[in-house]
Amino acid sequence: MAATVGIVVFPGSNCEHDVAEAVTRLGATARLVFHKAPSLGAVDAVVLPGGFAHGDALRPGAIARFSPVMGAVERFAAEGGPVVGICNGFQVLCEAGLLPGALQKNRGLAFLCQEVELVTVSERSALTTGVPPATRLRVPINHFEGCYTADPDVLAGLEEQDQIVVRYVDNPNGSAGDIAGISNKAGNVVGLMPHPERASLELLGSEDGNVLLTALLKSADRSLTC
Amino acid sequence: MALAPVAGCASMPAFEVLVEVTLRPGIADPQGATIERSLPLLGVHSVSGVRVGKAIRLTVEASDEGEARRLVDALCASFLTNPVIEDASISLAAASVR
Repeated sequence: MAATVGIVVFPGSNCEHDVAEAVTRLGATARLVFHKAPSLGAVDAVVLPGGFAHGDALRPGAIARFSPVMGAVERFAAEGGPVVGICNGFQVLCEAGLLPGALQKNRGLAFLCQEVELVTVSERSALTTGVPPATRLRVPINHFEGCYTADPDVLAGLEEQDQIVVRYVDNPNGSAGDIAGISNKAGNVVGLMPHPERASLELLGSEDGNVLLTALLKSADRSLTC
Repeated sequence: MALAPVAGCASMPAFEVLVEVTLRPGIADPQGATIERSLPLLGVHSVSGVRVGKAIRLTVEASDEGEARRLVDALCASFLTNPVIEDASISLAAASVR
């Protein structure tokens, strides 16, 4: 049975249809879930997509984290369901405390919209299940606040607990430890600044994002059976 | 965290609150650094330690200053700042009678 991916739509999200298109092409069923929904319905994985939820007022993700749907996302994550935040979705997960650390303005104070090279680190996250460590992927970034920041003890903990999912090969934004994406301790909640859904078709310049999205669908299938 | 709404009440005193949000010491502040580096262009060589933050002004109705401060403290911790990277300092004064 194909996995159903719930894609949360906040006011100002703008990548929900891109994610839906990408996962549909990979054989999944996509379902958009409005931010005011009190529950997620029957989904096997959740994506918080990119965009500018609530116009990034106050801080990116600061208002979105209080959306009614976020309670359901937290419960789904606590039960081990795969949750992935992409770009603004990563910022929401950090603000919600589902992932450690914070995303600051890029070190160079420039909005970055470019393809970057990533290297996978952990093999056990919901987004890299079965992806051999050190796999290189070309995936675009599109953000102003993507500089990953955390206290030194948190950074050390991420290393020790195998929570670093992807790093930048050539750090574009000043992120600590070249970190482009992390997971929670269990590995089922992942946030990353790059957009795998924008590297899901040769026409878009790269299909490497499908490596990550395919792994997510595999994680979704696994969470179905356990 | 749910914050109980403060019921509107004509006799409730109001407090003018200024919340200053700054990046915690040790957290990189590229805006502050850029401003500081630009100062020599203006012929200013005696300024250092530039840090950029934001100011949030609020008017709070509360029975007394302590209650107003508790509400703003809670708002700062849960919403107005990200404690991972930011600190808040709160100034509070009784609003002039309207």
